[in-house]
Amino acid sequence: MEIQSPQFKQKARKAIADEQLQRAMGKAKIGFVGKRKKAVDALPEFEDLRSSARAIKDHTLEHLDLYLEAYERKVIASGGQVHWAETAEDARQAVLSICRAAGARTVTKGKSMITEEIALNDFLEKEGVRPVETDLGEYIIQLRGEHPSHIIGPALHLNKEQVEEDFRRVHTELPAGRDLSQPESLLGEARHILRPQYFQADVGITGANFLVAETGTSIIVTNEGNGDLTQTLPRVHIVVASIEKVVPTLEDASQILRVLARSATGQDMSVYTTLSTGPRRPDDPDGPDEYHVILLDNGRSSMLGTEFHEMLRCIRCGACMNHCPVYHAVGGHAYGWVYPGPMGSVLTPSLVGVDKAGHLPNASTFCGRCESVCPMQIPLPRMMRHWREREFERGLNPATQRFGLGFWAFFARRPGLYRLATSMAIPALSGLAGRRRWFRSLPFAGGWTRHRDLPAPESRTFMQQWRDRETAKQEGGAS
Amino acid sequence: MSERTGSAEKFKPAKEEPLKEESISPKRVGLFVTCLVDLFRPTVGFAAVKLLEEAGCTVEVPMAQTCCGQPAYNSGDREDAAAIARQTIEAFEEFDYVVAPSGSCAGMLKKHYPSLLKGTSYEARAEAFSGRVHELVSFLVDVLGITEVPARHEGSVTYHDSCSGLRELGIQQQPRKLLSSVEGLELKEMQNSDVCCGFGGTFCVKYPDISNKIVEEKTASIEGAGADTLLAGDLGCLMNMAGKLHRQGSRVEVRHVAEVLAGMTDKPAIGGGGR
Amino acid sequence: MSGREAILGKLRAAASVSTDDAARREAVEKRLAKTPRGLIPARGQVDGEERVALFCRMAEAVTATVERVKKSDDVPKAVTHYLRSKNLAPSVRMGDDRRLKRMDWASQKSLEVKLGRADPADEVGVSHAFAAVAETGTVALPSGKDNPTTVNFVPDHHIIVIDAKDIAGDLETVISRLRRKYGRGDMPRLLNLITGPSRSGDIEQTMLLGAHGPRALHLIVVDG
Repeated sequence: MEIQSPQFKQKARKAIADEQLQRAMGKAKIGFVGKRKKAVDALPEFEDLRSSARAIKDHTLEHLDLYLEAYERKVIASGGQVHWAETAEDARQAVLSICRAAGARTVTKGKSMITEEIALNDFLEKEGVRPVETDLGEYIIQLRGEHPSHIIGPALHLNKEQVEEDFRRVHTELPAGRDLSQPESLLGEARHILRPQYFQADVGITGANFLVAETGTSIIVTNEGNGDLTQTLPRVHIVVASIEKVVPTLEDASQILRVLARSATGQDMSVYTTLSTGPRRPDDPDGPDEYHVILLDNGRSSMLGTEFHEMLRCIRCGACMNHCPVYHAVGGHAYGWVYPGPMGSVLTPSLVGVDKAGHLPNASTFCGRCESVCPMQIPLPRMMRHWREREFERGLNPATQRFGLGFWAFFARRPGLYRLATSMAIPALSGLAGRRRWFRSLPFAGGWTRHRDLPAPESRTFMQQWRDRETAKQEGGAS
Repeated sequence: MSERTGSAEKFKPAKEEPLKEESISPKRVGLFVTCLVDLFRPTVGFAAVKLLEEAGCTVEVPMAQTCCGQPAYNSGDREDAAAIARQTIEAFEEFDYVVAPSGSCAGMLKKHYPSLLKGTSYEARAEAFSGRVHELVSFLVDVLGITEVPARHEGSVTYHDSCSGLRELGIQQQPRKLLSSVEGLELKEMQNSDVCCGFGGTFCVKYPDISNKIVEEKTASIEGAGADTLLAGDLGCLMNMAGKLHRQGSRVEVRHVAEVLAGMTDKPAIGGGGR
Repeated sequence: MSGREAILGKLRAAASVSTDDAARREAVEKRLAKTPRGLIPARGQVDGEERVALFCRMAEAVTATVERVKKSDDVPKAVTHYLRSKNLAPSVRMGDDRRLKRMDWASQKSLEVKLGRADPADEVGVSHAFAAVAETGTVALPSGKDNPTTVNFVPDHHIIVIDAKDIAGDLETVISRLRRKYGRGDMPRLLNLITGPSRSGDIEQTMLLGAHGPRALHLIVVDG
């Protein structure tokens, strides 16, 4: 997908003015936060589970090469095939050649951010293979020609009236007078339309929440059941997963599962946790004949051992964006690429380059709410700051910003000069405010006064007044 | 010097006095004023001094302080940030405690200086310094064991939890505890008091539209609480919220929590009296 | 150089591993061999009737319906009751499961029992659980001819029979049982862990049941 992150500011401004979007975001920010809190409060061990889950991923990342090799051995032993893809293009080609060999015309897809990352749908369509998204949210945005605005709620930015409009536009074979006013009727219609697709598809593509090295198992965690139909009914199942999805054992997966759904949707467990290992076996009545895993790197190996290493613990629950005031304000599309919110602000520069995604790590108040809810204890603000450091080193910030910062730092590093300058400037500024005590606008403070007033300094600086007090005290003591 | 030690008996200490052996001699506190308090609202600084002196501390204000360095640090300029960190540590090294009337600046001094100076000749000094740094209200409650203040404030207040104080330093119950002892004061909690106000230091001028959207949500919560006065522990957040409330024509007054705890609400609120 | 070697090479370089990384290999082998358990929450660590009751409560909390019967012979009757209460045609789909087959389905006049994988016309599927997890109200169903996966997802109603003795406190216990049955390091082709009926919150975060999988999940717990 085309990277639009450089236009973050413009896109954010548009998003803030978009009433439909703001209405949808209003609902989103209340729902997720409350549900997560309820689930977390109900499990006394939750904080300890976070630490435990984190330790599992830390251990895995230290031994990533070995666990991937172990995983591969088990996949092959269970009759599956593993395809290693260094880049998005490698992964796309691997999918295509499997589809070609299967003579596939239609592929059904379970929800998968990794296939968004490699922009698989556009590619397959160009190659004459029709991808059908089957997750309700993904289906809706596919109809609209959009990308997900949230990693677990792709259509989070939409209201039901917009979905109704799309369904009426596309499902023209259905009676025009039908009632689509409620979410129930919309869901029913999507189910009705998608049902036959699972049976007709030649290939089913899913992502993976975990890959288990011990057994060669891939795990998907879903609520709708579309992922299961997608991987059970077609003749070929392709799993597309990035390399950091591997965990050592089933116990390790179980441990992380305890924090995943709670952090994501506030469920104790998602409805369907499905562990698949290889293709159909001799006396299986159902299941795919072929089982392929595409292991994607796409820049992740370059994060290992750097200050962004810990980002590889991410399990894509979405809690960070669910709790992010900036995400709430602008929605997911403003971020301009696949991954929005705080995790996107760290990951996107890693995967597409900070020269293109430089706004993202800057557009944070560092309120720290993301880190406080992250089930894998990823220090997201710290890593955003690391990106800012890289930008600063490379001189990527705007010149006015650098100048302002340099001017300020010059004084901040020279206390005597700072005292002198502020003791002249502050009383002057205070006097300038007159009796109103507020500035509605001020040169060099446009960023502030565009939307809010600036209170005038009280009078003289604290330091000036303190010095007077000390002097008076000494004189008082002397007399 | 007797004037400085103040009257500790005004405060009711907690049942179990922490740090008993130290309470014999007055604690020497270096006040880190913070640049915003120094320049925009000295009242907060004097409120902090009053609270500390009444709690039996001697308060000194080293002149070699400027700013905690966050603007540089959060803009990716480690070099300037580290220089400011070294300068601050040097200025405050002689004190038993370093206290700041700001969760954000205290968090910078306490949590970020050590990582900023890690691997330099200042590493050990930064670690030792970190152990002595406290935010004002948590210092009063957690270190000095104070449970009540002898202040009076007629009216209702609502309290915003500033992010750094809340999430870096765990400041949440301490201000509420002391506020509940203020005579005549009624605390009316707002919805989502723990959600960011959109200030974020340089964020609010780099991304003014997003910042504005966030502070609009915040002022709606503030108005929804129905209190006369908004309090918080960080002047940056307070100026942001006060500036928005004023632009919106709100009647809610805005103050630093220390002003109320120190009984200094006779002074004009932020933006002082004028409308 | 193949993608495989390139990726693994980069990973090794990042971990600054020399060719002789015996300690790392040993750590990995040990973990895969010992499969240590992590932190198990106290919630599911109860026994006997308390555990069964917890399972039922947790399953109901995720909008499954639960009924308990005394013995396995009571199951066919319970299934018929369920179909009637939902106004469903008297027909069910199920696999080759021995425990299900031993039940007296013929006692239910006019109930049609279709065997094998499910097809789109099936309204009701019946499965027998391998195990269940009290901590979360989850049911574990391995694939195979006994309980084909399609039965779990294609019909609108899914009825799962669970022997009370198979209800474990936690998922880790179920994993241990899987290892005993399928062998260490091996798994059934598919293991479904099902916690309630299918749902979606994709439209305005309104949680709706019956997205693509079953609209209703009915659990029959056999005590005896």
